Amino acid sequence: MRPEVALPVLLPLLSGALSLLFWRSRPMQRFIAVAGNIALLLVSLWLFVAVWSDGYITMQMGNWPAPFGITLIADMLSAVMILMTGIIGLAMGIYSLATTGRGHEKFGYYPLMHLLLAGVAGAFLTGDIFNLYVWFEVMLVASFALLILGGERAQMEGAIKYVTLNLLASVIFLTAVGLLYGTVGTLNMADIALRLDEAEHSGMVEVLAVMFMVSFGIKAAAFPLFFWLPASYHTPPVAVSALFAGLLTKVGVYSLFRVFTLMFDQTMGYLQDIMLWGAVFTMVTGVLGAAAQYEFRRILSFHIVSQIGYMILGLALYTPLAIAGGVFAIVHNIVVKTNLFLISGITHRLQGTYQLKKMGGLYRERPWLAVAFFISAFSLAGIPPLSGFFAKFVLVRAGLEAEAYVATGIALAVGLMTLYSMVKIWNEVFWKDLPENNHVPSPQASAGDDGRLIKPSLWMMYLPVVVLAAMSLLIGVFAEPIMQVMILIGDQLMNPSGYIEAVMGTSASAEAALLEPFEGQAEPISEDAEGNP
Amino acid sequence: MEPLMALAIGLLYATAIFMMLRRSIVKLVIGLLLLSNGANLLIFTTAGMTRGAPPLIPEGMLQPLGDVADPLPQAVVLTAIVIAFGVLAFAVVLIRRAYEIVKADDLDKMKDTDT
Repeated sequence: MRPEVALPVLLPLLSGALSLLFWRSRPMQRFIAVAGNIALLLVSLWLFVAVWSDGYITMQMGNWPAPFGITLIADMLSAVMILMTGIIGLAMGIYSLATTGRGHEKFGYYPLMHLLLAGVAGAFLTGDIFNLYVWFEVMLVASFALLILGGERAQMEGAIKYVTLNLLASVIFLTAVGLLYGTVGTLNMADIALRLDEAEHSGMVEVLAVMFMVSFGIKAAAFPLFFWLPASYHTPPVAVSALFAGLLTKVGVYSLFRVFTLMFDQTMGYLQDIMLWGAVFTMVTGVLGAAAQYEFRRILSFHIVSQIGYMILGLALYTPLAIAGGVFAIVHNIVVKTNLFLISGITHRLQGTYQLKKMGGLYRERPWLAVAFFISAFSLAGIPPLSGFFAKFVLVRAGLEAEAYVATGIALAVGLMTLYSMVKIWNEVFWKDLPENNHVPSPQASAGDDGRLIKPSLWMMYLPVVVLAAMSLLIGVFAEPIMQVMILIGDQLMNPSGYIEAVMGTSASAEAALLEPFEGQAEPISEDAEGNP
Repeated sequence: MEPLMALAIGLLYATAIFMMLRRSIVKLVIGLLLLSNGANLLIFTTAGMTRGAPPLIPEGMLQPLGDVADPLPQAVVLTAIVIAFGVLAFAVVLIRRAYEIVKADDLDKMKDTDT
């Protein structure tokens, strides 16, 4: 019994339920938002330390043996992703206190935030493919409601595209799960991996692999399936944007990593080229889309797409080093991208707009905010010694070793163009003088996202920004120990036998897995019948 | 039975995609509804269809007599139906609110957030 595997899912569910109980009490909900997320961060740290010292940690739900029940499993990749979820969750819990208008709080902002975190954590920890679908839906439904909180026209229009394309992806995922069950007769991912290795190749495996690739590709916003992201991510309240930018697309990327290293590793020879060029086009279209924009959050949204390309590039190269680089890119991007969105929220509070043309003069006015932006933006572009540099360095080195020279060259060029967009924001927002016709709201009149007055509490907005900027710096400075974790992840993902053994138990239970499902299920039931005649 | 089901599922998917490609947001939601129904039937069918054999174990025995229906896809379909129901309820409310705000049910009039 290892409770730390289940707690990252249970805690946010509990916080969400508690927030719902205190529906009318705003102070109580705010307290739970911070306390619940502190607890989540502590539990995720616990899980990380436990996985670091003990290796794989599994938990069989309801004590059903492996292929029959639902398995929760944490390997190093899951543990790192859960740790990032905890960090971002706490940052958002604090930041939301200052930015969420009373209207949004009244309509359940905090319970939805907790449910979203529960869905994300569940998706990272489950070892069952249908259970993964269920967590995806938990996450999606919470994100739908958060996206339209406030009900402005732009939010509705963005939400229709977001909802439609994500539901389409879910149905493709569900169809693939159904066909997969029809093919191998099990839903446990480790068991599926075993049986797909034994099954003869009839072409069905390739079809299934492509279906999973398309559905997770939509959720990860990979080329050419990313159009819902820049159409919707700049519309909701800024805390919601930041939360989505940090975590949601990364769940899609995580699923791609998990499915293609564990279950469909034998189809990679066939899909590698498609994935590689998908990654390259994702990088290029994202960064080109950003170059044309002059709205702070839209530029950042397009850069999410562009950065997803780097992560998928790591998977497409398919060597342990490349996987390590891809996961490094995920970790770095979660920190940096969330922070950039948080900074856009502060500049919006200070200057009342997201339009770059109407902003300016913040370098003189708020030098420390400028420093935080500088660190995050240049980290995103991959300037040493910040976190983005090492992610890109590892990926480029893996690309050169795999002799994918074109993709590697484009990845470097995209880094330069990222720098162009970031310098554009720097020039417009921080460096140039404030345009004279712009009306800057005074701090006393600052309003929440719904336009109602809230107390100016800028320190709650600054605290997460400073901490995340420091994290980006520290990831760069202490790249060596972090790289060790990433190398371990790369090894674990490229050798799934450890994962399979951890789920299925020793060879004795692997034999039991080959039995018909009904015989396995019959035993616990009949024992129960004997115990209570 | 399986070929008939396959035909019905294919028809549901095709109709759903056709509806989703229309410009009206109402038809979009109808398309989503049909699509999730098609997926549910598909799960039900791919696992193999067995008639009149519930997966029950007679008292005092360790396994059922003869072939029985596989209970797992039925559990999966039940879960999927509930999820689809919740999500569609949300989608219906969403298109209603969108219609109230945009004053049109035409997707081509909802392009402000693009580009």
